Amino acid sequence: MSEVLKVVDVTQRFGGLVALAGIHLYIKPGEIVGIIGPNGAGKTTLFNVITGIYHPTEGKVYLEGADITSYKTHQIAKAGFARTFQNIRLFGKLSVMDNVIAGMHTCRKTNLLDAILHTKRRRREGREAQEKAESLLKLMDLWEDRHSLASALPYGHQRRLEIARALATEPKLLLLDEPAAGMNEQETLELREMVLQLKKMGLTILLIEHDMKFVMNICERIYVLNHGELIAQGTPKQVSQDQAVIEAYLGEEE
Amino acid sequence: MNKIFEFCARNTWKLLGTLLVLLAVFPFVFTSSYILRIAITVLMFIVLSLSLNLLIGYLGQMSMGHAAFWGIGAYTAAILSTKLNVSSLGTFLAAMLVAGVFGLLLGLPVLKLKGYYLTVVTLGFCEIIRLVELNWMDLTRGSLGIAGIPPLNFFGKAFKSSRSVYFIALLLVIFTVYLVHSIINSRIGLAIMAIRDDDVAAASIGIHVFVYKVMVFIIAGMLAGLAGAFYAHYISFIDPSGFTTGQSMELVILAIFGGLGSIPGAILGATILTVLPETMRALMEYRGMIYGIIIVVMMLVKPDGLLGRVNFKYIRQRLSAEKAKKQEGKSHE
Repeated sequence: MSEVLKVVDVTQRFGGLVALAGIHLYIKPGEIVGIIGPNGAGKTTLFNVITGIYHPTEGKVYLEGADITSYKTHQIAKAGFARTFQNIRLFGKLSVMDNVIAGMHTCRKTNLLDAILHTKRRRREGREAQEKAESLLKLMDLWEDRHSLASALPYGHQRRLEIARALATEPKLLLLDEPAAGMNEQETLELREMVLQLKKMGLTILLIEHDMKFVMNICERIYVLNHGELIAQGTPKQVSQDQAVIEAYLGEEE
Repeated sequence: MNKIFEFCARNTWKLLGTLLVLLAVFPFVFTSSYILRIAITVLMFIVLSLSLNLLIGYLGQMSMGHAAFWGIGAYTAAILSTKLNVSSLGTFLAAMLVAGVFGLLLGLPVLKLKGYYLTVVTLGFCEIIRLVELNWMDLTRGSLGIAGIPPLNFFGKAFKSSRSVYFIALLLVIFTVYLVHSIINSRIGLAIMAIRDDDVAAASIGIHVFVYKVMVFIIAGMLAGLAGAFYAHYISFIDPSGFTTGQSMELVILAIFGGLGSIPGAILGATILTVLPETMRALMEYRGMIYGIIIVVMMLVKPDGLLGRVNFKYIRQRLSAEKAKKQEGKSHE
C-alpha cells in the first residue's frame, strides 16, 4: 500500500515483438527513481504502459494500491500520474501561461454552463488558476516567457514548460521521459537543480534518462532495462558495478 | 500592422461599442432592401462561419459537412412552421435541438477516427442528409422544396420588414459571438484547444478527449441549425440544393479566409467573402474567376487567413505586462 506506483509482472507484446517482458517495479513516496537502458530497451514503452497509452498484454499497474491497469490515459492523469514526453508535446498555439493553466484541467470544475453564464465559480477558478500558474512558472523559471506562444520557446524552456504543465495537475508521481535530452551542460545543470527542488517539495519522480551523469547524481535507485527485460536494479553505485549492466549498456558507452 | 492589432487589443471595448452602434444605425442609414438583404446574408454567414470555426479553428477538426447542419435546421424550422404552425421561438429551439442531435451522431465516430478520416465521414454525412432531404417526399417534398414558410414571428408578432429581420439576425450574431467567446476563454475552451494542438498530451493531463470533441460537434451543429432556422423563415423557400457539400466548402473557405481560431477573423471572412461577389456584379461571368483568384492569392500570401495568427487576448496580456513593468521601473528610480 505504501508504494505510489507498483508495476507487477508487466509484459507488452506488439504482434511477435516482446517490448517488455515480466517487468516488476515500485516507487515509494518521495523517491527519485531512474530507468536506464540502451535505445530500444523498452523504457518509453514502460512509460506508455504506466500512463495508459498502452494497455499491457499481461501484468498489473497499481497506483497507491489501486489497480489502474485498465484505466485510460485521462483517467490515470486524474488519478495522479503526470508525465512529460521524449519528443516534446506542448500546446504550440497556446501561450506558456495557458499551457500551464490547461494542466490544471482536472483540478478545476468549471463546466459548460459556468463558462456560458460566467458564474462565480468560473471567475474564482480563473483567478486561482492565474495565481497557481504564476508560482509554477516562477518555480520553473519561465515567468518572463509567460506571454510567448509555447511553440516559440527555446528548446530547453520547452522541456521545462512540459514539467510545469505536468506539475499543474498536482500529481502524486511525476514521470519524466528524458528531461535532459538535447540540453547543453549548463541547461542540464539547471534542470538538475530544479528536479532536486521538486524532490524537496515532496514530489515522487520516475525518470528515464540517457545522460548517465544526470541519472547517477540524482536518483536514489535505478532500474536497468535491456531488450525489454529488467537486467539490474539498485542504488547508482550497485548498478554501475553490475556486470550485466556494464556489458549491456555502460560497456558500449566507454 | 502590429500597431493596428495592438491598438485594437488595447481598445477592444471602445471598438466593440462603436461597432455595435454602427450596426444598430446601419439599417436606418441604408434603407434599400437590396443592401439590407446583403447585410442580413452577411450576418447569417457570420453565425455559420463562427460555428464552423469551433470545429476547424478551435478543435482542429476539418469538417466538410457543415451545410448539412444548416439544412437540418432549415428543414426542421420549415416543417414545424408549415405543418404545425409553430412560432419562430419554437422552431429556433427545435432546429438547435435536432441539429445538436445530429452533431452528436456525427461526433460519435470520433471514438475511432480522427483527422482526415473523420473529414471523409463529414463529407459523407453531408451527402446522406442531402439525399434524405431529396427523397423523403412525405416530409420534405423532395426536390420541390418547401415553399410558403411563414416569416419570423415571436410572441405573436410577425417580423416582415427587412429592418426588423436585420435586427433579429444581429441578435443571433451577438448571441453566437457571446457563446463562442465564453466557451473558448474558459476551462472548456482551453481543453478544446489543447486537444487541437496535441491530443496525446491533452489526455496526459486528464482531458477526456472524446467527450470534448463530441461536445464541440454538438455545439457547432446547434449554432449552424440556428442559422438554418433563421434562413428558412427569412427566405421562405428551401430545397435540398442549398445544403450541398459545395455549400459546405464555401463555409470552409469563409472560416479559413478570415483566419482559423479567431472570432474577429470568422466575422471578417464571412463579411468580405459575402460582400465581395455582390460588388462585382457588373463584371458578370468574371466574378467567379476573380473570387477564386483572390482566395488563391490570399492563401499564398497569408496562409493563416486574415487574423489566423492574431490572438488579441495574448496581445492584451503582453501589453498589460509591459505596462506594469514600465511602471515598476519608474517607481524604482
